Amino acid sequence: MLLTIEGLTKRYPTGDLALDKVDLQVPAGQVMALIGPSGAGKSTLIRCVNRLVEPSAGRVMLDGVALTTLGSGALRRARRRMGMIFQEYALVERLTVMENVLSGRLGYVGFWASWFRRFPRRDIEEAFRLLDRVGLAHMADKRADALSGGQRQRVGIVRALMQDPKLLLVDEPTASLDPKTSRQIMRLIVELCAERGLAAIINIHDVALAQQFARRIVGLRAGRIVFDGPAEDLRAEGLTAIYGEEDWSQTIRRAEEEEEAATESAA
Amino acid sequence: MAILTRADGTPDWRRRTPRADLLVWAGWFGAVALTVACFQFISDRTIWAFVWDAPAQGADLVGRMFPPRWSYASQLWKPLLDTINMATIGTALAIVIGVPLAFLAAHNTTPSRLLVRPAVLFIIVASRSINSLIWALILVIILGPGILAGIMAIALRSVGFIAKLLYEAIEEIDATQVEAVTATGASRPQVLGWAIVPQVMPAFAGISVFRWDINIREATVLGLVGAGGIGMQMQASINVLAWPQVTTIFILILATVLVSEWLSARVRHAVI
Repeated sequence: MLLTIEGLTKRYPTGDLALDKVDLQVPAGQVMALIGPSGAGKSTLIRCVNRLVEPSAGRVMLDGVALTTLGSGALRRARRRMGMIFQEYALVERLTVMENVLSGRLGYVGFWASWFRRFPRRDIEEAFRLLDRVGLAHMADKRADALSGGQRQRVGIVRALMQDPKLLLVDEPTASLDPKTSRQIMRLIVELCAERGLAAIINIHDVALAQQFARRIVGLRAGRIVFDGPAEDLRAEGLTAIYGEEDWSQTIRRAEEEEEAATESAA
Repeated sequence: MAILTRADGTPDWRRRTPRADLLVWAGWFGAVALTVACFQFISDRTIWAFVWDAPAQGADLVGRMFPPRWSYASQLWKPLLDTINMATIGTALAIVIGVPLAFLAAHNTTPSRLLVRPAVLFIIVASRSINSLIWALILVIILGPGILAGIMAIALRSVGFIAKLLYEAIEEIDATQVEAVTATGASRPQVLGWAIVPQVMPAFAGISVFRWDINIREATVLGLVGAGGIGMQMQASINVLAWPQVTTIFILILATVLVSEWLSARVRHAVI
């Protein structure tokens, strides 16, 4: 098991219980979608894994290392194995595309080397290779704020991959993108995970997208896991358990239609 | 906001309750009454004969100031250069001291919110609360008259200015960019250099150039208290009532400020 989460609990200083004894296991190479209503704790869950948010209780193990007990130096080394992709891309806007990509290597180089932008040759070669893979090689010297939303998210993906991660933590990757770009970005993430044998936890609002691209879906509601199964098994009962009572027949049918439309447009 | 009930029971909306309306009206009335009273007070203590005489006096002074004595300019280049140097070196010194202070003061980069931040905030307030001219007065006594006192006076005043504006800029940065760089496994100094510094660079350039621009103007008066620069020449000329020389100095200062204004606009444009 690549990632094991046991009894993970997070209570914010305001008293809000964001996660309530969550148990979750993710095997190597599995792409998993985490769905749930706003405020269900999806963002908190992935941030507790790389400890951008400190969990209140529970254990997180990555590849046999207990992340929850690491000191700051060891935590930084462990974070290199977890690439993160953000909703609003979170690129450093005033740096170039290449600098943003190379920032994925910060955990591997010393302070002065990074200050003077002296990265090992193979890092730079890898950066060009990955930029080429996502179709942005010609943008390497542009400033990040000159890119479109879809292009920025590709740079965000490349930055995460530069870390040479085992696991991708993906927080609402498509929430700021149009439907077509959303599909392209999701496809890219899933393809890259397959190519490199990466596991991924993808937080996502769009149930149709989750079903289309992830094999396994986990539903979170009020900090508890209320659904965990293959994407095909998510039906009206499952959606009701996650989001509450609603007429889901249209949602499920729409999901299938959109999938067909997407395949047609791709062909 | 006031939601009232009409006589027929339907809800009514007004901007304020009648009571609040009355209070606002009373506030305005009080402010106008105070202004009139203050004017009366000042008027009673003014010798109006002198004020009515002012246009004639002004015209007389201007008459004595023209034409400017251009030949005097040859003696002014050295003090003018001193003035510009005082402003530039003082600003540079203030940047060297002020930038680290800003990072120690900003609540998202300070090493300790309980100990370091309050101490640094006190230094910033102390530096800002004393005008350069007063710093210069004190420093001329300690260091003796001359350009060194002027540089130090400008630096001491500017440290607080630069540190305050910069730490406010640091506190306003986008936190998700910091989060993203932290998530890569970067160390704290690396997060500072890669996520925070790039975000505050435009603010830093703008603040530094703006302060240099102010310092050029402040440096021209520091000579009045003996801290070097063109102000000393001005003081000497006024003392001997050499008004045509004073005019020449005014024109030179105006030209210098215009050039500094133009330069700082160019720099700000280039960085942002």
